Order: sequence, then C-alpha cells, then structure tokens
Amino acid sequence: MNKRVIEEGVFEILMILSLVFVLGSLIIIISLVLYHGAPAITVEMLTQTSSSRLYTGRGGGILNAIVGSILLAIPATLLAFMVGLTVALFLQSDFTHPQLANSVRFILDILWGTPSIIYGVFCMVIMFILGSTTSLLWGIIALTLLEIPIITRYMDETISMVPHGLKESAYSLGLTKVETAFKIVRKQALPGIIAGVLLGLGRGIGDAASIVFLIGESNSIPSSFDSPTSALPTMIFNLYSQPDPYVRQKAYAAAFILLIIVLIISVASRILTKRLTKHIIK
Amino acid sequence: MDNKRLRLIRDYITTKVMIAITLSIFILFCFILLFLIWRSSLFLSEYSIVEILLSSRWSPARGEFGLYPIIIGTILVTGIALLIAVPISLLSAIYISEYAPAKLKHFVRPFIDLLAGVPSVVYGLCAFLFIVPLVKDHIAPLFGVQSTGLCIFTASVTLSIMVLPIIISLCVDSFAAVPLPLREASLSVGATRWETVKKVVFRASAPSIISAVILGFGRAFGETIAVNMVVGGVSRVPVSLFDPGQTLASKIISDYSELSSIPIRESALLFMALLLLVVVVAFNVISKIILSKTRRRWSY
Repeated sequence: MNKRVIEEGVFEILMILSLVFVLGSLIIIISLVLYHGAPAITVEMLTQTSSSRLYTGRGGGILNAIVGSILLAIPATLLAFMVGLTVALFLQSDFTHPQLANSVRFILDILWGTPSIIYGVFCMVIMFILGSTTSLLWGIIALTLLEIPIITRYMDETISMVPHGLKESAYSLGLTKVETAFKIVRKQALPGIIAGVLLGLGRGIGDAASIVFLIGESNSIPSSFDSPTSALPTMIFNLYSQPDPYVRQKAYAAAFILLIIVLIISVASRILTKRLTKHIIK
Repeated sequence: MDNKRLRLIRDYITTKVMIAITLSIFILFCFILLFLIWRSSLFLSEYSIVEILLSSRWSPARGEFGLYPIIIGTILVTGIALLIAVPISLLSAIYISEYAPAKLKHFVRPFIDLLAGVPSVVYGLCAFLFIVPLVKDHIAPLFGVQSTGLCIFTASVTLSIMVLPIIISLCVDSFAAVPLPLREASLSVGATRWETVKKVVFRASAPSIISAVILGFGRAFGETIAVNMVVGGVSRVPVSLFDPGQTLASKIISDYSELSSIPIRESALLFMALLLLVVVVAFNVISKIILSKTRRRWSY
C-alpha cells in the first residue's frame, strides 16, 4: 500500500517538474529575445532599410526585412487559403467518397510533416531549370506550398464537425451542394477557418528554411515580384553570428519583431475564435 | 436561361474546379517525389548506395560523398532529442489532463500553443545565446570534455524543446478523449490516480501517443535552421556527444550554394533531400498502419 502511495507522489513531482521545464523554456526564450532584442529596437532600426553593405554595414535598420516578411507571408497565406478552403470543403462526404477523401488527407498529412527545406530545395531547382533568379515571387511560391497542407488540414478538421442537419436543411430548401458548402458550411466553420489561416500565417512568416535560397538578399524594400527581398527569419539566420555587434543587433531586433508578430497572431487567433464561436449554430 | 439553370451550371463548374484543385494536391506530392528521384538519379548511378551510406569521407572536390557521418549525426541528434522530449512531454500532458485543476488547465494551454508557434530560427537564436555557452562552460566540463558548445548535444536539447509542445498538445487531446467511466472503473476498484493513468489512460490512448511521438520525430528529423545554428556543421563521425556533427537537413542548407554548381554535387544534395522525404513518408505510413490496426483493438 505504502509503496503505491510513494510511487504516486514521485510521479506527481516528476510531472510538475516536467511542466515547469516546459513553461520555463518558454519563459527563457521570451526573456532572451526581450533581453537582447529590446535594446536593439530603436527608431532608426524600425524606420530605415539596411545599409548598402549587408553583412558589415553599421548603419540602417531592418525595415526592409519587416516589409519583406509581410509581402511574402500575406500573399502566400491568401493563396494557400483559397486552395485550402476549396480542398477542405471538397473533402466532405457531400462531394466525395470518404475513401478518396481519406487518401487526400493522408497525402496532406505527409506534406504537413515534410521538412520545409525540401520545399525550398524543390523550388530552387525548378527556379534554375526555368532560368529564373531569386525573387519575392519564388519566396511566395515556396511559402504557399508550405502553408497549403497546414491550412487545409486544419480547416478540414473543423469543417467536418459542421452538423449534418444544418446541411440537410440547406439542401431541403433547394440549395445546391456548392452553395451549401460556400454559404452555409463556410459560415458555420468560420472560427476554425480563421484559426487555420492564422496558424498558416504564423508558420509562413517564421519559416526560414524554405525561403532562404529563394528570396535572395536585398537592402531595400522590394519594388516588384521579380526583385529580391529580405525577410525577418532569413535575416536572423544570416546575421546572428556576424562578428560586428551592430550587425548582430539587427538579428536580435528582427527576432524581437518576429516574436511579437507571432504573439499577436496567437492572441488574435484566440480572441477571434472566441468571438466568432458565439455566432455559430450549436 | 432561367435562374435555376444558371445555378446548376455554376454548381457543376465549381464542383469540377474543386476536383481539379484537390487532385492537384496529389499531383504536387507525386511531382516533388518523382522530381527528387529524377534529379538524384545521376548521383545514384555513379555511386552505389552501399558506398554512399557507409563511406565516411565527405569531400565533393575529390568526388567523395560519404553520408555515413551525416546519417549517424542525424540519428544521434533526433534520437537524443526524442529521449529527452518524450518522457517530459508525456508527464506534462498527464499533469495537464489528469491532475491539474481546471483553472491551471485553461491557463497553461495558450502557453503551450505559443511555444509551438515560436519560429525555429528564434529557437536557434536562443539556443545559440543560452544553451551553447551553458554546454561550453558548465555541462561539457562536468563530463571532463572540451567543447565549443556547438555540438550534437546542444542540437538535441534545442530540438527536444521544439518538439515538446507538439507532443504535449496531441497527448492532452487524446487523454481527454478517453471516456471518464474507464477511469472511474479503475478508481473504484482501489487503483491510485497514477495507476489509473498507467494502466487505463495510457493503454486506451496508446495509438495516439505513438502517432504523436512519430509526428514529433518528423519535426525533429527535418528541422533545419535551428539545428544548423548550433550543431557545429562538421561532417565527421562524432566521438562524443560534445563533438560537432551534422544532420541531413542542416547539411543541405550549409551546402546549398552547390545546388547551382556541378551536376553531381547538386545531385548529391538532392539525394539527401530525397532521403529526408522518404523517411518522413515511411514514418507517416507506419503511424497510419499503427493507428488503423489498433483502432479495432482499442475500441471502447
């Protein structure tokens, strides 16, 4: 009897220690980024583009990377959202045989688990074959490929929870399948759809491995889809170990901004889902 | 043409477009796979697979592409990361789902999600600023080894922290799906809470735990940026855990400039990408088989 109680106690302590370790590592990450990043955030850093010499230049800021990241992630997320919503709606049993749907889901799961470096390498070789050069456009393409499985799978999970009765009443009123899917199901699944899009956006804006070969490097804000660009994650990756402390500061500032963006996305996702859940039919 | 006809035509066309887009997912996957096979075939035709996997010399300039040290490095880094992450995440998941008061449960969840959302490059930066000096100054001397801090061990610890939130949130979900009566039955015959967890909750959610671990493995195995920042980047067979090493994904990113150079080197790099993809697919298939095989046995 006693032994069992001791075992219970030992494991409870181990559990609490594990949880403390998990939360502690989050606190360490946030405080490290704050400690190094906050002093680096100055008006100059946020409002100026990098100086002409990327790796050694002392002047300038990271505005080009902030804008670059946004210009990469937003169009990619929009594209992935359009593809994702269509596929997720199609995977429901109204449209397709469950077996086909499950095999598409399986492929999507594999694509979700595919390391982002593979998308990067794949797009880069295609880029060379087509004789193209590094540009904003290729970054958007790689990020779109990366985000499609995430957004689709997430939406699919919530859309499949839409009650069947709701669809049946739409059908009985004479709506076609497509109208039901895009007008009724979409509205009912809106909280999940938004959470999925924001999840994809968060992954896309923070991913460096897929775009580091594709976007090139630039010290100004990209003027067209063909021009090379900088992005926050690739800037961190390129500058974190530079010997010049001022250049390293840019990496810390970029990490700070990136973490803030991810934090905002995470909080926004929570608030929006909570708000919108009020309006759906239970 | 009346309104109804128009709506039906629109329905028809949109359905076809939806089919086309859905099928394009299949095509995309097959295309990536076949493309990588096609581009790495040059490499595979010049070197035998045994030679590639067992030779430990990597010097493209002399035409030597031994992947052995890189594969050993990948296995070590991923394996140790999982050894650290799996027990910690299982214990935390149990605490969150079985022990924690409701208030703490709601409080902890957003933080786990946030940890999952931290970009890998930020993990890498934090590991570089915190774990690397820690290993260099404190942990390696503890074992009587000299280390720069950029080593297999550091990469494993970094990866394990990245994998934690993924396994935790999946496990918490699957523990929550275990029906309450199963627990009540166990508690009512005198089992302690831990015994109930060990003998009922764990068994009931075993398939989901396995697939969560496999998902975590996939993330750790393919992680590129964070590993590249702290692993040291030396393609030698490591003697101790505090030696620098290299993993497949991280090797690709440090040598990516060769993608545009000599065909054989590009082919070698794409072979590594293919290897990554094949392992990811294999583990997904294994996870799928385990889930579908066990679903029948574990139906409650």
